[in-house]
Amino acid sequence: MEPETIYEMLKKVQELKGYYFNKDKEITLGLIEALLFNKERYGYMSCPCRLASGNRTNDKDIVCPCVYRIKDVEEYGSCYCGLYVSKEWNEGLIEHERVPERRPVSRMIF
Amino acid sequence: MPPVKMYSLSTCRHCKDAKQLLNDCTINFDFIDVDLLKRKERNDILEEIKKFNPDCSFPTIIIGDKVIAGFKEKEIKEALGI
Repeated sequence: MEPETIYEMLKKVQELKGYYFNKDKEITLGLIEALLFNKERYGYMSCPCRLASGNRTNDKDIVCPCVYRIKDVEEYGSCYCGLYVSKEWNEGLIEHERVPERRPVSRMIF
Repeated sequence: MPPVKMYSLSTCRHCKDAKQLLNDCTINFDFIDVDLLKRKERNDILEEIKKFNPDCSFPTIIIGDKVIAGFKEKEIKEALGI
C-alpha cells in the first residue's frame, strides 16, 4: 500500500480521536513509509524511532500508534517520533520540543 | 575537532536530522544503524550504548567525551564548538 493511501485512510480516523498528522507532509509521509518498511521486515508497524525486537508480543507497546502517544501528545503536543501531534502543535500555539523517551529500557527485550 | 560517533536507526527521523546537521556542518562522523545489524552484533552494540545512554534511545551521539541523547541541535553544536 502506498504511504499516501494510508495517510488518507488514517487521517480521518485519527483526527476524530484528536490526533493530527504532522502538518509537514514530507515528514509524515516519510514516517508512514518507515512504518510500512517495518511492517515488511518485522510483520508489524513498529515505531520508526525505536529499535524493534522482531517479536510482536515484546513490542506491542511500540506498535504504532504506540501506547506512549497519549501522554506524549498530552504533555508535549507530539508523539515520540513526531508523526501524531495535537491541533495546537500544528498551529504553532505550543513550542515544538523534543519528546524524551517514555518507554522503560526494561521493555527492550531481545 | 573531537571524534564524532552516532548510534542510529535507519528509519528514525531524528537520526536522519542529526546526520543531516553533521553533514551540513561538514563534520566527519561514524554511525551505526543498529536496526540493520545481525542479532549478535546488535546485542553487543546495545550493551555498548547503554554505557553511554542508559535509556538506549536513538540517536545517541558521542562527541569527544560528551554524550547527547536525541537530536538536540543546540547541544550538538556546543559540543562541536561551532
